[in-house]
Amino acid sequence: MGFIDSFKQNFIEQDRWKYLLDGLKTTLVITAFAVLLGMLLGFLVAIVRSTYLKTGKLRILNALCRVYLTVIRGTPMVVQLLITYFVIFGSVNISKTFVAIMAFGINSGAYVAEIVRGGIMSVDNGQFEAGRSLGLNYRQTMLYIVMPQALKTVLPSLANEAIVLLKETSVAGYIAIADLTKGGDIIRSQTFSPFLPLISVAVIYLIMVMFLTSLVGRLERRLSANDRR
Amino acid sequence: MIDVKGLKKSFGEIEVLKGIDEHIDKGEKVVIVGPSGSGKSTFLRCLNLMEKPTEGVITFDGRDITSLKDKEIDRVRMRMGMVFQHFNLFPHLTIRKNITLAPVKLKLMSQDEADAKAEELLKRVGLPDKAEEYPSRLSGGQKQRIAIARALAMNPEVMLFDEPTSALDPEMVGEVLELMKQLAADGMTMVVVTHEMGFAREVASRVLFMAEGYVMEQNEPEKFFAEPKNQRLKDFLSKVL
Repeated sequence: MGFIDSFKQNFIEQDRWKYLLDGLKTTLVITAFAVLLGMLLGFLVAIVRSTYLKTGKLRILNALCRVYLTVIRGTPMVVQLLITYFVIFGSVNISKTFVAIMAFGINSGAYVAEIVRGGIMSVDNGQFEAGRSLGLNYRQTMLYIVMPQALKTVLPSLANEAIVLLKETSVAGYIAIADLTKGGDIIRSQTFSPFLPLISVAVIYLIMVMFLTSLVGRLERRLSANDRR
Repeated sequence: MIDVKGLKKSFGEIEVLKGIDEHIDKGEKVVIVGPSGSGKSTFLRCLNLMEKPTEGVITFDGRDITSLKDKEIDRVRMRMGMVFQHFNLFPHLTIRKNITLAPVKLKLMSQDEADAKAEELLKRVGLPDKAEEYPSRLSGGQKQRIAIARALAMNPEVMLFDEPTSALDPEMVGEVLELMKQLAADGMTMVVVTHEMGFAREVASRVLFMAEGYVMEQNEPEKFFAEPKNQRLKDFLSKVL
């Protein structure tokens, strides 16, 4: 069978291309919301952690955050996804996409937290002291002086974390979500020709990742161009 | 104005301040000298509670500030300006914002009032055209003058200087000292940790010599340099003069 026939069979017949398009949509929805959730969680955890490290306050919250970080970073993503779906949300009827967003978001939050905490700790302590010496309280000093500088440092790393998450969502098929990867796999199982569907899936991921990476590169150059330190 | 009684400070096992009693009057210019590791910076940093004393009492305007809550400590710090060795200007903000951030966020001034104050201060420190620059565009001496302006924007009653010229290239030391002399002449109460003996001689109303966590000797500058009594001070002066 030639390329054109194979192409027709895999994508045109029975509108099989829709598996890829719908899958891509699902992948993007899961990624977008999981990134948001991950950032939110990550920032909260990072603030708790660095507040504890700087002031010794929030001891109990800090301990909880450490458990969260250890568990999430110490277990495989797929296992977390399965547990979220079958154990945590096992007895409720709930959208699988929502479950995936929760699982990927909670997972990403752990990595975001450590990136942001690193950024906060990398800001020279003299900045913190200068703020406090002027009479600003802890919260004001963090908000107006430390965080803006930390954020600038970690922005590229955060963007990279989002890119990693995009690829990570490819395991969503484990809970029978028809994401991009699953879409390609469904076509493969119907046509028994693995090459085109799977390669197409790979190419679509690659294009998205390359596009996002180039955005991060541009962001990095811009940040260093007006680096005013 | 500031009264220190039995001040001790330890970092873990190491006792840096071993019992300091000192009184600083309004309008005084106290210069603290001494070898590195003698505890002079720690002493200064205890005055505005950047370091929490391990023992002892510090009174500011008749009020014990060592047992205050965080919120009240912030209020005390608003009244004490601090200038650091490494300037610690905020690199992500313009000079104007560096100066106006604290008074505006602490609701002491509106942005307009603070801007006007910044303009006046920039003139005073001789950098009227730098308001919209970022700190990275300034020389070390200019940065330190801005840092002084930033502290002055809070209208402090005392200024604490922690080795303000130690990180500067030699040719920039003069401009910062000149500004500090001006400030002294205007009547500001100042506590200055420094290695600039010329400044101590010229500006100080009193010079303290610290070593090993104690104030070993103190005197008015002329006698301090001409007739040192303590052997440690004699050794110290013979090395730095």
